[in-house]
Amino acid sequence: MSELIQSPTMDMTRSLSSNVMTTRFDKLLGWARKYSLFQYPFVTACCGMEFMSTACSHYDLDRFGAAFPRFSPRQADVIWVVGTISHKIAPVLKTIYEQMADPKWVVSFGACASCGGPYDNYATVQGIDTIIPVDVYIAGCPPRPEAVLDGLLKLQELIQNQKHEWK
Amino acid sequence: MSKFPEHIAIEKANPTAVLDWHERFGDRTLIVEAKQIVEVVRTLKDAFGYDMLVDLTCVDYLPRRPRFEMVYHFLNVESKARLRVKAQLEESHARVASLMEFYPIADWFEREVWDLFGIKFEGHTNLKRIMLYEEFEGHPLRKDYPKTKRQPLMGPQN
Amino acid sequence: MPELETLPEVKAALPPDEPEFQQKEMLLNIGPAHPAMHGIIRIQTKLEGELVVESDVEIGYLHRAFEKSCEESTWNQAIIYTDRLNYVSAPINNIGYCLAVEKLLGIELPPRGQYIRTLLCEIARISDHLTCVGASAMELGGFTVFLYMIKGREYLWELIEEYCGARVTTMTSRVGGMPYDLPEGWLDKCTWVVKEIREILNECDILLTNNRIFVERMENIGVMSAERAIAWGWTGPCLRGSGVAYDVRKDFPYLVYDQLDWEVPIGRRGDNLDRYLVRMEEMEQSCRIIEQCVAKIPGGPVNCDNKKVVLPDKKDTYGNIEGLMNHFKLIMYGHGIRVPEGEVYFPVEGGNGELGYYIVSHPDEHSKDGCNDRAWRVRCRPPCLPMVAGLHEMINNYMIADIVPTFGSVNMIGGELDR
Repeated sequence: MSELIQSPTMDMTRSLSSNVMTTRFDKLLGWARKYSLFQYPFVTACCGMEFMSTACSHYDLDRFGAAFPRFSPRQADVIWVVGTISHKIAPVLKTIYEQMADPKWVVSFGACASCGGPYDNYATVQGIDTIIPVDVYIAGCPPRPEAVLDGLLKLQELIQNQKHEWK
Repeated sequence: MSKFPEHIAIEKANPTAVLDWHERFGDRTLIVEAKQIVEVVRTLKDAFGYDMLVDLTCVDYLPRRPRFEMVYHFLNVESKARLRVKAQLEESHARVASLMEFYPIADWFEREVWDLFGIKFEGHTNLKRIMLYEEFEGHPLRKDYPKTKRQPLMGPQN
Repeated sequence: MPELETLPEVKAALPPDEPEFQQKEMLLNIGPAHPAMHGIIRIQTKLEGELVVESDVEIGYLHRAFEKSCEESTWNQAIIYTDRLNYVSAPINNIGYCLAVEKLLGIELPPRGQYIRTLLCEIARISDHLTCVGASAMELGGFTVFLYMIKGREYLWELIEEYCGARVTTMTSRVGGMPYDLPEGWLDKCTWVVKEIREILNECDILLTNNRIFVERMENIGVMSAERAIAWGWTGPCLRGSGVAYDVRKDFPYLVYDQLDWEVPIGRRGDNLDRYLVRMEEMEQSCRIIEQCVAKIPGGPVNCDNKKVVLPDKKDTYGNIEGLMNHFKLIMYGHGIRVPEGEVYFPVEGGNGELGYYIVSHPDEHSKDGCNDRAWRVRCRPPCLPMVAGLHEMINNYMIADIVPTFGSVNMIGGELDR
């Protein structure tokens, strides 16, 4: 919580610290949102195996407040695009992104989703950012679970510090 | 090298069907006339018990003529005998009879060959693209299709 | 198909001028982005009530031009694409491809290399089956089993990581040899992992095999007769679940499988439960193979000594001119490994069945020696495509909820299905 408290003066913080906490509403909202991420894993390929590993007990994605996969895009906050996106599946991905309610974030998981990876050919989309906006890219083919956790922390940092629409 | 028993039996029924045979790398191979593939497969299935079509594919030998070569791999699950059958196709007449009536799996294998090579299968009841989408033009595994020629449904063109 | 009848109490509640329910067929689209469709595949079903009357399976959403990519890369570069076919058991794909190219070149690995390959194949097979069984158990509500099995898979992947540095896309093999010898202490760790896996299998066996909910959703669901399975070209655990004892490792032995003592489990009914039981038993057999390999593995080199195929030692590359030239000749564009003209089909037993590589080497217009440094055609015979092609026979005339366990037992892997 200490990261939230913005103290105008040290004295005030000291005198009120046991009763009152002051912060910017934007920051409070960011703090709340970053720890309650409902995620939609759009799993297509190899990266899904590492996503599975990360989500299970060994690496435990749950610790960071982003555990609950919602397989309905309308209930999800963040979509993980996990794996190669071919031209055949691209319209589906775009539809799913459009079905998600705001605020929404996109994580591009692995080299294929980020830039096409080793697949520079007639069938593969060269990076999902040509179709939908991306917030965090995770490098690797596939990324190690540690890299996935790092990507999640980066996303949380981004959510904490961004301007939130709430009026 | 002596002829395989399959070869002799096919020749007895259709004298012109088998064009060549070899046994390189231990893979017994018959090269047959494409127009007679149905009769050949009928003999193989009924008389020799090749009950599994393991694989069906095509190779593009551009600029050689005939350009395409259909490759069938059969397996007799009981006796574990394997046989490869090949049939050459001209580009101008890139069509061959479907094996759907003998092996249901030929349905998808043939759709894949149609999708990626553009070989037409006569008698196939549902010959449509399987790996790519209907809007795709051309057949990407042909040697004259560039690897990076994209035809996206959405997003930037290249 | 059984006749649908309106229940008497429903009939009583209906208005008098409408004594029967209007039996309407409903079209339901499952996928391509659906949690039960591992990866992306689409099933269009025609339903009558909850009964699936007709279904049509559509694939191809993960087509990423494996075969075209292999034609444009050299013999060794193509191995990275084979990793991504069946990404749960990548070492089997690598090794199958290398064995096929080695057959074309007419070379064979020394015994130690063959034993290492066998070990890696079996480790990969266990991780494949663990993922399949774990995921289908999770879909039937057994989340604990999923967590336990992924824990076991984690141990196996750490073992693979210690060998080659990667977890999923391993690239464990090269044409003509293995990239590394085994690290120190690896075999001891292997023995420990096998012990852990046995424990996990035992725990999951207790949780699942006598669990009434699990068994009732698996037994006599998704039945496939042996005859139809063969007609559909099935191989692997699914065919063995239907009672046909066909295993490439036994019937067309490669590597050192014929020197080891292990058995091929088969089922009787060809339903989901049999496929599950076959996979569980196969993991036990793989554990046995690993133990025997650990006990019998000989010393010596891991690569064959053909200088036209295998890169020289780093000490030679940096230390003398012959080694340097040898290295350059194998790496430089347009030189590389020269594979003579020919074609070969090499089957290996993948996680899902017969994984065959049909490889054609054919000189292109630049070739002067009738050889080529890249494949003219690499065809992968995908083991799970026949299963998915025959899927509609297993889900028609069952309830819609049965699609989930049936589809889980097929173990569809997008990478090798769509390539």
